[in-house]
Amino acid sequence: MAAKIVVKDLSFSYNHQRVLSAVNLMVEADSILGIMGPAKSGKTTLLRIFNRLCDLIPHVRIEGEVFLDGENILRPGLNVDRLRKRVGMVFDKPVPLPRSIFENLAYGPRLHGIKDKKRLEELVERSLRLAQLWDEVKDRLNESAMKLSGGQQQRLCIARTLAMEPEVILLDEPTYGLDPISTLKIEQTLQSLKESYTIVLVSNNTWQVARTTDNVAFLLMGELIEYGSTHEIFTVPKDKRTDDYISGRFG
Amino acid sequence: MLQRIVKAQLWSLTGFTIGILFFIIFFISIKGLPQITLEFLTSNPVDMGRSGGIFSTIVCTLYLIFVSLMIAMPLGVGAAIYLTEYTRESRLTHIIRFGTECLAGIPSIIMGLFGFAFFVMALGLGWSILSGGMTMSIMLLPTIIRTTEESIKAVPYELREVSFSLGVTRWQTVTKVVLPSALPGIVTGIVLGIARCIEETAVIIFTVGSSLRLPESFFDSGRTMAVHFYILAREGISMPNAYGTAAILILSILFINLSAYYLARQFLKKIC
Repeated sequence: MAAKIVVKDLSFSYNHQRVLSAVNLMVEADSILGIMGPAKSGKTTLLRIFNRLCDLIPHVRIEGEVFLDGENILRPGLNVDRLRKRVGMVFDKPVPLPRSIFENLAYGPRLHGIKDKKRLEELVERSLRLAQLWDEVKDRLNESAMKLSGGQQQRLCIARTLAMEPEVILLDEPTYGLDPISTLKIEQTLQSLKESYTIVLVSNNTWQVARTTDNVAFLLMGELIEYGSTHEIFTVPKDKRTDDYISGRFG
Repeated sequence: MLQRIVKAQLWSLTGFTIGILFFIIFFISIKGLPQITLEFLTSNPVDMGRSGGIFSTIVCTLYLIFVSLMIAMPLGVGAAIYLTEYTRESRLTHIIRFGTECLAGIPSIIMGLFGFAFFVMALGLGWSILSGGMTMSIMLLPTIIRTTEESIKAVPYELREVSFSLGVTRWQTVTKVVLPSALPGIVTGIVLGIARCIEETAVIIFTVGSSLRLPESFFDSGRTMAVHFYILAREGISMPNAYGTAAILILSILFINLSAYYLARQFLKKIC
């Protein structure tokens, strides 16, 4: 399979504290990569480097290279806004913008120059269908997005990311704090999305990683302990620490 | 039992505070409202204000508010956006904040003197609404910066992250997400500014003057309602007309406050 993202010797420190050290890994195109590991292992940081959201933190030091389709996205002078349009992100807490459902989805595309109302409507419908939210909200697109339930809000956030027509979708514990049914719906959504999107999923839930991903990276204290296909890692892990983690002996 | 006593005491203290407000409004209304007729509002003062109305002072007040806000609003909101969104906490931001605090502490009579020395004399603008507006805008800046800054800070950080993650630039994020959410706070600052323009006297006498003529442009001198009230009462020219002016002053401040809060709430209802 083709590599969409390649990470080479990536180190990240914040206030002279190492968060990631010399991480090497690859994200295959049109697949789901799961990143798992205990708290403070650097999962979220790694995710936020992929769309350069880490730029918002002061006093950081990044070394190494991250290639998206062969282009180093860490190089100075890169157009970050264009990168973030290609690499979308869904956060651990659903954060609808304080406006209507329709306006939540139209927000990004409109600011990227899509003014045609017909085109926006198509985009909104398509994204909501992909996120499996269309049937629940199609009659109240003009209502405030704040009125949706937590699970609906998170699917709205996924749809909002999809409306940007990205190539890569980063998800940072997208089912954190959601009920099992909402979680199931989001996992189903991810499965249907991976046919045409490259997905990176950070999750604390080991079983979710086992259920939904194709490949897994296991991080511990900022180090990549093991990287391989999900099947391999969950049946014959090479490293004892991986084995301990997935069988719940620590973390 | 003790609980009840304390509660009763606190209640009566609160009641007393509100009571003072109502007493002042009541007192001014009783004395002033009978003076207010359509003619009082629409005719110019005659014979130094002994008779006639207060039309020219209302116009002068409105002009002054307009000029002050046109200068103070962009400067204040812009400075607040810079301090909160475009720079990190540093020595420089501390110095800027300290500076605006100091500005807020300058007594208005001193600001009046400064406006007189700088705008009226040095810049040669004379006693005019423009001189007064510029001086007033300096006085409004600290309040507008402070209230805008506070309300921008109250906008959840996650909203900015979401906007950035959609590839939206910082400026677009500020105008499309941050400022709309912060609007009620910004409006509060502006309302306080308007009230300040209406009630100020010391600065106005020094910079706008006290001409009773109807100002025809921003370069004309004039007399605001507050100054008119001050002169009528202080020189004992006409107490009934002074109370009439005072009643209009209080009513307009009440009206501006209520309508601003109403607008802000309607806006919030619409976006949330």
